[in-house]
Amino acid sequence: MLLINSFLFAGAICALAQIILDNTKLTPGHITSIFVVIGSALDTFSIYDKIVEVVGGGAMVPITSFGHLLIHGALAKASTMGPLGIVMGMFDLTASGITSAIIFSFIFAVIFKPKN
Amino acid sequence: MKNKKYEKIVSKYKANENRTLNAFMAFLIGGLIGVIGEGLIEFFCYKFHISRSEASSYMMITLIFVASLCTALGFFDKLVNYARCGLLIPITGFAHSMTSAALDYRKEGLVTGIGANMFKLAGTVIIYGIVSAWFFGMIRLLIGE
Repeated sequence: MLLINSFLFAGAICALAQIILDNTKLTPGHITSIFVVIGSALDTFSIYDKIVEVVGGGAMVPITSFGHLLIHGALAKASTMGPLGIVMGMFDLTASGITSAIIFSFIFAVIFKPKN
Repeated sequence: MKNKKYEKIVSKYKANENRTLNAFMAFLIGGLIGVIGEGLIEFFCYKFHISRSEASSYMMITLIFVASLCTALGFFDKLVNYARCGLLIPITGFAHSMTSAALDYRKEGLVTGIGANMFKLAGTVIIYGIVSAWFFGMIRLLIGE
């Protein structure tokens, strides 16, 4: 059941992005930024957490989950430390993704030559 | 008059894109990536006996690794031509933008090339994510639980 929900949710988000891309002058950079903001806005009152419960991995894959993970870590730390926790906990959950993306891109950029 | 003529010529040579097909392909490929994500989470949970949140971190690292490797080998861009947003909106697009920026500016050197330009495309996602998360987080704190 989670697999079907994952397919539908991730597919719907990508199709929505494609429709926005085709019918407006926005670039993919604009759209990913908008989606990240939407993800963090949805998690302000834990709506995205409920989506993740229902959808599972399909909700973790689109870029909206990046915004959700940022604010999720920040709010988790803020519950014990207050406003300082928001600044400290911001990268708690996304650190693994950002760090691994930096390391893999650096290694591959050094090893491989660009192909056109 | 000249403008009209010009527009006529442009519209004749502009690639005629089928928007419905684009959206359908994005839905199909994006959904497939979602299924792969959920499948990987269940696989890691079952195989290594770890919690779901840990498994989802491993799933993201796996997808980032595969997307970076495909970009470095040079066939991610060809896939994007078919899949469109289906590959750009998932976390694979994030990894792709970082690796392609790093590869493109590699010839300018390790520091001024790779170091300075790696976040050229992916930076907006991180910056707007952090600004909005900080903003919404402060609102949540002010309103209370």
